[in-house]
Amino acid sequence: MNSIIEVRNVGKNFGGVVANHDISLDVADGRITGLIGPNGSGKTTLFNSIVGHHPIDVGSIKFEGAEISSLRVQQIARLGMLRTFQQTRIYSKMNCVQNMLISIPHRTAGILDMFKVHPPETTEHALELLEFVGLYSKRNLIAGDLSFGQQKLLEFAMALMNKPKVLLLDEPTAGINPTLINGLIDRLKLANEEFGVTLFVIEHNMRVIMNLAEHIYCLAHGELLAEGKPDDIQNDQRVVDAYLGAH
Amino acid sequence: MSKSQKSLLLYAFILIAGIAAPYVFPNYVTQIAMLWLMILFALTWDIMGGQMGYNSLGNIIFFGVGMYASAIVQIGLYYDVAEYTSHAGAVKVDFSFYQYFLGMGLGAIFAVVTGVITALILGRLLFGLRGPYFAIGTLGAAIAAGEMVGTWDYVGGGGGISMPTFPGSGDERSLFFYFLLFGLAASTFVFLRWLYSRQFSLAVNAIRDDEDKAEAMGLHTLRHKLVAWSIAAVFLSLSGAVFGNMIGFVEPLEVAFPTLTFGIFMVLMALLGGKGTLWGPVIGAVVFHVIKELTWSYFLGWQWVALGMLIIINVVYFQQGILGWAQEKWPHWFGQTVDQSMTREEGEAGK
Repeated sequence: MNSIIEVRNVGKNFGGVVANHDISLDVADGRITGLIGPNGSGKTTLFNSIVGHHPIDVGSIKFEGAEISSLRVQQIARLGMLRTFQQTRIYSKMNCVQNMLISIPHRTAGILDMFKVHPPETTEHALELLEFVGLYSKRNLIAGDLSFGQQKLLEFAMALMNKPKVLLLDEPTAGINPTLINGLIDRLKLANEEFGVTLFVIEHNMRVIMNLAEHIYCLAHGELLAEGKPDDIQNDQRVVDAYLGAH
Repeated sequence: MSKSQKSLLLYAFILIAGIAAPYVFPNYVTQIAMLWLMILFALTWDIMGGQMGYNSLGNIIFFGVGMYASAIVQIGLYYDVAEYTSHAGAVKVDFSFYQYFLGMGLGAIFAVVTGVITALILGRLLFGLRGPYFAIGTLGAAIAAGEMVGTWDYVGGGGGISMPTFPGSGDERSLFFYFLLFGLAASTFVFLRWLYSRQFSLAVNAIRDDEDKAEAMGLHTLRHKLVAWSIAAVFLSLSGAVFGNMIGFVEPLEVAFPTLTFGIFMVLMALLGGKGTLWGPVIGAVVFHVIKELTWSYFLGWQWVALGMLIIINVVYFQQGILGWAQEKWPHWFGQTVDQSMTREEGEAGK
């Protein structure tokens, strides 16, 4: 099994608060990996460390075998590792198509590219992806006017538009109604299978993560508590205790 | 009549009006020339303030830098600048027709180069600031720029520089500067109209809406910010070079770096018309300039009160500006529609 992300002994403190301590984990290339844990267990901090949002105190983070822990957010994004946000973030005053068009990969963008128009294939691809997440009919609306769930779908489509190798999703189903959740799970799986995007997913909804992920890591109090297949995690007494507060 | 025909007709009308205006209203040539300058101010401010969401209160720096850069070249070509400025009036100034226009041409080129370099340096220093901090930072930079030039003896300090005299009659002179400013404002508009149809437009809009998200998506944010400010600097420094010659006297606080008049006017005009749109700053500049000239002519003494009222009404009741308000009231005019077709196939069939 090939690891696309290797996290080794990563630690991160905020003042006296230990957010992450000695965390090591692997995200397998081409698979869906889950990250669970009670509120405040350090999941989002770990995501922020991986994508370069803040520097880590100790440890090493490798992406495709190369150290990335000293790179900045934009550089890591251009390598092909993207994240979505827990509080959905879209460009709220632009319409959906414009949101998609500006999300093209910027890996090879030269300084003169900003004076070019978007090629018709790009627009075509944007419309395909909007159709894929079911937002085609809303494409000319201002993104900020969409419902929260629709904005989540748009953010997901924008991430796919960027053609990432790895997508880090921070609670993709939070705030979405149950019917829409099933559709979203299907689309996440499709994105993984058809577009070959490796997914690393933070999720509180156990039904979703057990259904989605092939391998799950569980954090508690900033430390790695358990890992394994969904069934093993579900039956792990330590995980159950952590969620119920016995830990 | 199709939409493109209509806009072509509108542009033709503006072009003809711009060319005919100084002949139809010969007594108002300077006021109308100032209107073009105001339109240029509002348009260039909006590149950053409206499209990119970086409210700069210091864009006037490029105007002043351009003005001084041009003045130094124009004088320096034929005289020692320090000697010229320290003996104001003592050095006999005599520019031939050829000397005058060569100086202006080279001065304009030097103005643009200096303006862009200033934008790149200031951008590196100030683009780490966001929101109100960027506004305050740029305001500080503008005030500092004026004060610093005021203590620089080489360019005459607070005493300023008298510019070379125009080699022609007074009427020729005012027409010459009128058409320079008209041409500059028109080129600014045409250039921005082109620029806003490019990838640049979406990128700076994305920075405006959520810069952190844009970074997380790998957008080259700093690159776009530097280019945006440099473009504003190109047109502002050119207009500064022209304006210095038009006034005939370059001085740091009132002419070159008038932060509290021109520097603030450019913000107000863009807000009044509707920031973040192509036409908003133009409409805002026209309304603002007309109100300003009318109050200056008919309510002298109350002109600042009138302008203050305009600002208050704008900020309290009309935050989106004239065009922004229209956009909210009639969104379908601006293409914000729900498509009934749910898929692309249906959409194609419906066409």
